[in-house]
Amino acid sequence: MATVELRFSALPEHVRTARLVAAAVARRAGVDEAVLDEVRLAVGEACSRAVGLHQIGGISAPVKVMLIEEEKQFSIEVGDEARHAVAGEGAGAGPGDPDGEADEDEMGLAVISGLVDDVEVSAGEHGGLIKMTWPTTPPPTILV
Amino acid sequence: MDLSLSTETMGDRTIVRVGGEIDVYTAPKLREQLVELVNDGSFHLVVDMEGVDFLDSTGLGVLVGGLKRVRAHEGSLRLVCNQERILKIFRITGLTKVFPIHTSVEEAVAATD
Repeated sequence: MATVELRFSALPEHVRTARLVAAAVARRAGVDEAVLDEVRLAVGEACSRAVGLHQIGGISAPVKVMLIEEEKQFSIEVGDEARHAVAGEGAGAGPGDPDGEADEDEMGLAVISGLVDDVEVSAGEHGGLIKMTWPTTPPPTILV
Repeated sequence: MDLSLSTETMGDRTIVRVGGEIDVYTAPKLREQLVELVNDGSFHLVVDMEGVDFLDSTGLGVLVGGLKRVRAHEGSLRLVCNQERILKIFRITGLTKVFPIHTSVEEAVAATD
């Protein structure tokens, strides 16, 4: 069961909120402080990608973020409702665009896979899901 | 925190000082700034990222776009960054081989290669 579930309209301005919430819940769950920057960046990348997919596809449904606290691990699932085409068939800017918008999706995934050891990316006709997991350390026992 | 931008000219170099967070929401502002500079004839840019708290792949995309634009005019785009968490993103994506990254604005301005 998700510890915290977040749904937001597919707008770029909400991605920062998702980052802040994810980092706060991750900290509370016991994710190492040194890794929180990576959590923040990875969830931001996954949410930016989902927002982009919803905007390109004209999807009004919100982007979903599940922050799941489990024994010894913390997972974040970012789900979109975009119909995923076969790899290489995706929509995006043409080759003439100097900013290479089409590459940003790939770059986002590259950053996620470079940052997170345990990541699963799945996609189908009804949407895609990026699941990222980090180990947690239990809080030290307080001795009175 | 939002994005802050300011520019300064040093000889034939234009320094773009960036502060705050560069993400999917704020990156278009940085893109506009870089496009405007190139359109106005500034082809040698130094982007000072010392005040940047957060950078994601959207921001990287804007910097790569800026580099392509200045290169079309035989210009250059150099970065100034000493923050490990920002440098890590350039390393993960292999962009340390694409951008000259300097430790100070003075060093970037003096560089010629």
